[in-house]
Parts: sequence; structure tokens; C-alpha cells
Amino acid sequence: MENIKIKTRNLNFYYNKKQALFDISMDIPEKKVTALIGPSGCGKSTFLRTLNRMNDLIEDIKVEGDIFIDGVNIYKDNIDVVELRKRVGMIFQKSNPFPKSIYDNVAYGPRIQGIKDKTTLDEIVERSLRRSALWDEVKDELKKSALMLSGGQQQRLCIARALAIDPEILLMDEPASALDPISTTKIEDLIFELKMNYTIVIVTHNMQQAARVSDYTGFFYMGKLIEFDETRIMFTSPKEKQTEDYITGRFG
Amino acid sequence: MKRFKKILGGFSIYSITFISSFLILLILLVIMINIIRGGWSNLTWEFLTTPPREGMTAGGIFPAIFGTFFLVIIMSILSVPIGIISAIYLSEYASSGSIFVKLIRFAINTLAGVPSIVFGLFGLGFFIQFVGKGLDSVLYGNAILKWGQPNVLWAGTTLALLTLPVVVVSVEEAIRAVPRDLREASLSLGATKWQTIKKIVIPNSLTGILTGTILAVSRGAGEVAPILFTGAAYFLPYLPSSLSDQFMNLGYHIYIMSTQSPNVEETIGIQYATTLVLLLLTFTLNFTAIFLRYKVREKLRTGR
Repeated sequence: MENIKIKTRNLNFYYNKKQALFDISMDIPEKKVTALIGPSGCGKSTFLRTLNRMNDLIEDIKVEGDIFIDGVNIYKDNIDVVELRKRVGMIFQKSNPFPKSIYDNVAYGPRIQGIKDKTTLDEIVERSLRRSALWDEVKDELKKSALMLSGGQQQRLCIARALAIDPEILLMDEPASALDPISTTKIEDLIFELKMNYTIVIVTHNMQQAARVSDYTGFFYMGKLIEFDETRIMFTSPKEKQTEDYITGRFG
Repeated sequence: MKRFKKILGGFSIYSITFISSFLILLILLVIMINIIRGGWSNLTWEFLTTPPREGMTAGGIFPAIFGTFFLVIIMSILSVPIGIISAIYLSEYASSGSIFVKLIRFAINTLAGVPSIVFGLFGLGFFIQFVGKGLDSVLYGNAILKWGQPNVLWAGTTLALLTLPVVVVSVEEAIRAVPRDLREASLSLGATKWQTIKKIVIPNSLTGILTGTILAVSRGAGEVAPILFTGAAYFLPYLPSSLSDQFMNLGYHIYIMSTQSPNVEETIGIQYATTLVLLLLTFTLNFTAIFLRYKVREKLRTGR
């Protein structure tokens, strides 16, 4: 088995008094793509957002259990959430570029970290856009508003923006669900490229997508992790009846 | 017959809604036409730049214009920063469920509903009698009366209290309109909360913040009741030059011309023209707000 990048142990999560995650223990391997699948409301997005503590923004939540990234518990009090989020990038379901130029979008993270040097920023912007396979399409119009881009380009811009701060982990919350098939293919190809360097956790509703892009798959149902295994095993010979029913489309 | 009734019903609902809306336009038109007709011929350069003469039956209104600007500037300096900062606290930092926040919101709503004359009385009782007199006794041992009397500072402060809730509410609304997506994107890139507010939330709500603030200021600029007892003067032979001076004011000038003048008939032309100036002032502020909104929106759209 590979190196484990993220390890959760007995993770429980509550919105108000309502429990949304039950006792999740999961080992997410380094530099692989891990897909989280399951019907709407099963807790997979909630789980994803515990990994960069994005849920902290919501009032009245409670987290129990532990999440370790590289062996460090990210829910211990002395953890700097800002530092954590620099290491754990996130791509959202709806592409959310800032209403700024393409350049300024990608340079946002590095600038926040205090990088001011023009040449350094130029390099980071170009490298990030190349990695997200957007460079050739936008290199002549970096000063143009990001909002002028198509939906698929916007999403790749958001990926470039996340890559610009050199994260180790990329969390993707249904990154292609609002995109057309061609843009979706581009995003999937990109995920395939990115896993050489990054640990990727992707939430998806699309079974084929999970089968295509991921190395490991976790099936969530009603806030529980029902099954977690290598994708090829999950999709050919799942151990649990519920997993099989969901994957074959009998419910959900 | 039924069909006829149906058509008639639909038509009359349409007419009622249309006429009601049209009425608003009509009212504004009637007011404007009346004021412009009465005031236009008196609106000369001399009128705008000279003080009143001959027991205020002739001359201009320059001191009133000057005083109004002075007052509005003091009011804005006091209410706008506090209003914006409170709005940022309420929308970004405060947890909406806490008793403290509920209390603040209750206070804001109550403050916004208090009749403006009450603010005037409060200003007289608190700022002048209590704070001002207190200052005088501490600074000068009650030897001279400087702060313990109506002046432009206390009038501006009183007016600031009146506009503060309006600023807070409109700025908060503008800030809340910034999509959650953008905040999350910023935070997920390792920005701190304050960096997110500074670089994302405020730039993206600047339109609303500016518009809301200017509208609040323009509302305050036309108020008379709060300054009645706190600093507005009937007539001043000089322009106010310090915070402890009294001042003349456009709204108050209209009030005294129409009620306190020994010869009201003779001043009707001046009254009209003064009203026109006051309206032009508020309209200018409102149009500035609209223009800014347009500019910033354009900027957001093109990202430049």
C-alpha cells in the first residue's frame, strides 16, 4: 500500500444537534485520486470540507474524532487554519473566479502570502495556468476579466488559482457537475495529470467519472462510510450490498 | 358576460396598479414644476454667493449653503466610518445568534424609527447641556461659555446619530450581497478573514457601500428637526469658522422664512429659490450615488 496522506479516525460531525457524519475512519493515499460517491445528502461534501476545515465557517457545528494530515492532527487547537488551507487547496462545484483579471485571479494566493516581485508572480501565473491546461487559451489576454471566460475555462482557472499556492492536496467538490461533456473531459484529463504531484480527493455524482479518474473510491450513505477500496475492486466486486446497488444504479 | 367580467377584472387590476405607480411620478413632477417655476428666476449667481440683506427680504443664501456643507461634512465624518465598521462587524464577525448581536440590531432598528425631533431634543439635553457644559467646566472652569451652547459640532453629532442606523443597514446589506462563493474561494487560498474582507468583500460591495452611504448622507442633509435646538441660527453676520460656531442651514432657512419672517409675502421668491437649491443639493448627492453604482458595476463586469 502507498503512503497515507490523510487519515481520519472515528470522525463525527454535527450541524446543530443533527449528526451528519458517523464514525468515519479512512486512509487516503498520497498522490492518488480518491473519489467520494454517494447519493445527495450522504455527507460526502461535508466530509470533504472537514479536510481543509472549511466547515469552520458555519455556525453551530461540532467535530469529534481526529483527522491527520502527514501525521499531524488538524483539529488540534494549535493548528493554524490559514496555514492548513495553503496546503489543502479546494475546487468548488460552481466555478467561482473573482471578478478580477485572469492574471489577478491566479496571483491572488501568492500575493496574499506576500509575494510582490513581478517576475516571480509572472512565473507562478504561467506555471499554474500551464498545469491547469489553460495557458494556451488565455496567454494573450491575461488582463481580461475572468468572468469573460467560458464555464469550463473558469473552472480550470479556479484550479490554476488553487495550484498557484503549491498545495499538497486538492479537494474537488463536484468540479465538473455544471460543465458540458467536452469541458468535463478536459477537467478529467487534468485530474489525471495532476495526480503525479498532488493528492486529490474528488466528490462526484457521476459514477462513470469516479470509475474513470479515481484510484480509490469511498461510498457514503446516510453519513456513514459504507465501503472504501481500490476503484477497480469497488466497481467490479464490491463487498457490500448497498455499494453494489448504488453503483449499478438500483437506488440513489 | 363572465368573460367580460374576467377581462374587466384583469383590466382594472392592471389599471389600479398602473395608476398607483403613475401617481408617484405625477407627485414628483408637480412638486418639481412648482418649485422650479417659483424659484428659477430668483436663482442667480448673486443669490448663491451673497448673504441675506434687508432683514432677509433680499440678497442671497450663501451662509446657509456654506453652513449646510459644513454640517454635512461633520455629520459624515462622524457617522460614515462608524457605520461602515459596525456593518462589517455585524455581517462578517458577529455570530447571528448571539444576544449581543440581537441587542445591537434591536438598537439600530429602534434608532432608525425615532422621530427626528427627538434626536434634536436629545442633542440639546445630552451634547449641549451635559457634554458641552461639562467640557466648559473642565476646560475653563465655567468662566466662558464655549461648548455648552448650540454649535455646528453638536448639530453634526446629533445628525450623525440620525444617519448612523441608515448607514449601518445599507452597508450591511451591500456586504451581505457578496456571494459566499467568493469568500470561500479566498479563504480556501489561505487568506485570513481580514484579508478576505479587505481584498474581496469590500471591493465587491463598494458599489452598495458608496450608494448606501451617499443616500444616508443625503437624507441627513435635508433634515431640520435635529438641528433646531442644537446649532442652526436664524441669521448670522459671519460664516462659521470653528466647531463651536453656530451656522445657517438651507432647510432651517426655509422654515424661518416661511414662518418667522415679518413679511412672508415678500420672501416667497427667496423661499422657492432656497428650496430649489436644497433639492438640487440632495439630487446631486443621489445622482452621484447612481453614477458611482454604474461605474463600479462596469468595473466589476469587465474586471478592470
